[in-house]
Amino acid sequence: MIEIDNIVKTFSDGKDREVEALKNVSLTINDGDIYGIIGFSGAGKSTLVRCINLLGRPTSGSVRIDGKDITSLDAKHLREERKKIGMIFQHFNLMPSRTVFGNVAFPLKKSGLSKAEIQKKVRKLLEMVELSDRENAYPSELSGGQKQRVAIARALANDPKILLSDEATSALDPQTTGSILKLLKKLNEKLNITIVVITHEMDVIKQICNKVAVMEQGAVVESGDVFDVFANPKHPLTKDFIKTTSNLYKVEEMLNSNIAGVVPEKGEVLARLTYIQKEVSEPLISSVTQKFGILLNILLADVEIVSGSPIGGTVVKFNGESIRIDEAIQYLREKQVGVEVIKDARNPY
Amino acid sequence: MQEILTNLLPNLTDKWYDFLQAIVDTLVMEAWAGGIGFVFGFTFGIILTVTKKGGILENAVVFKTLDTLTNLFRSIPFIILLTALMPLSRALMGTAIYVRGAIVPLVFGSVPFFTRQVQSALAQTSDGLVEAAESMGLDPFDIITRVYIRESIGPLARATTITAISLLGLTAMAGVVGAGGLGDFAVRYGHDRNMKDITWATVIVLVIAVSILQLIGDSIAKKNTH
Repeated sequence: MIEIDNIVKTFSDGKDREVEALKNVSLTINDGDIYGIIGFSGAGKSTLVRCINLLGRPTSGSVRIDGKDITSLDAKHLREERKKIGMIFQHFNLMPSRTVFGNVAFPLKKSGLSKAEIQKKVRKLLEMVELSDRENAYPSELSGGQKQRVAIARALANDPKILLSDEATSALDPQTTGSILKLLKKLNEKLNITIVVITHEMDVIKQICNKVAVMEQGAVVESGDVFDVFANPKHPLTKDFIKTTSNLYKVEEMLNSNIAGVVPEKGEVLARLTYIQKEVSEPLISSVTQKFGILLNILLADVEIVSGSPIGGTVVKFNGESIRIDEAIQYLREKQVGVEVIKDARNPY
Repeated sequence: MQEILTNLLPNLTDKWYDFLQAIVDTLVMEAWAGGIGFVFGFTFGIILTVTKKGGILENAVVFKTLDTLTNLFRSIPFIILLTALMPLSRALMGTAIYVRGAIVPLVFGSVPFFTRQVQSALAQTSDGLVEAAESMGLDPFDIITRVYIRESIGPLARATTITAISLLGLTAMAGVVGAGGLGDFAVRYGHDRNMKDITWATVIVLVIAVSILQLIGDSIAKKNTH
């Protein structure tokens, strides 16, 4: 368990002015979590993750790992502690003069393992990241995704309990990002390793995290279970991030550019329905159609599985008797469906 | 054969022994000053790298002191160093003249230059590599040897080559303190007595020496770049 307690980090810019990079940040990360920290660049997320292995020391506050306050450790014990925390980076940071094998073996030099044991371990790690055939290649001969796999193998060499991932997929194309995320998920399940993921992409959070913290200007503005945050975002920034991952929010754009079929006809209501409960078992749309004798025309739909539960919604046009539409919306809200009227083209009462 | 040589290089054949002696003197100065200078320059370059602001052993006092001293000695022309350091030479080497007397000023003349070269070679190591090594729990000594030095062998080989070549240039001035060497030989005979063949022969030997140094440096650099 990682307990970050009231961390403040200030940088001086050299001219007596101080910049507060972290403002009283507290987070608890449980064993086995894949904890996502999302924010725009400059939000302080990289500074925060560097407080977990003290690559950057917080100005005040404490960081406890399994109950041990690491901010109070001396240099030697801190180095020992760091061996239990692997880290991967946006730009991989592989040693260019060493082969893939040499890079993965790099942290094992003073581990007390024999040459044969190191070889066995490196081979096992390379197998885990599916790079056994590139053992003798130099980093310059590898693709971005392969480099990150080597970096992951290297980060796992000392059997850490925690893996810190600092924008590890930000330099990769979407397909490679997907494969790296799958690998991280697999490692989390197989090795029960706790992973802290720093990213600016909500997709990354959606794909692998079970917990998320949203950061802005050095502070955590919202945090919790990924499903809850996605289903019911509270802070405007969180809402913005979620919009980037769902096409349900493209409707406003479509509306603005007058795409045929999107603009509601007279008497119609354009609305966004979002599911905010974990079980969407009822056939809501058909039952509304039957119950209220109205028509529901689905324009967009987006349902995904987040943390094992479906989440998403539809953009629909209601067509029918005005009062019936109101009743239908009321009914849906009672069923815990979020109804957001985007454009109402009915006659005002 | 003998006759052709005598006709082509009348003075050189006459001064053959002195010529060889000059080559030996130059080599001795290059080797001693280069060897000692390498150790000091290398050490200072590393110290500057790790003690700079944000370095792994940040230390403003050490950095500032060494940085200032390096600048100071970098700005003194070698010809002045040669004479100004005579008392120090006498104290350390027992004499301020001949080849022995030239070693101290040659070291002082080349170390600051090499220090800067090493510093800039090590500066090419990306901060990310150092950060990765720190995150793995390496101690500062390991970071210096296994990251900074190991990952900069190519640039370090180039820095050493450049310094060795510039040191060769400095040895040419050592004649001022009676150290002999090729520079002194060329000035004394080639210029003062207008023996042109001696000047040419000296130049050719120096071109060959520089080429060899460059070749060695390049091949080490190439072998260590992936």
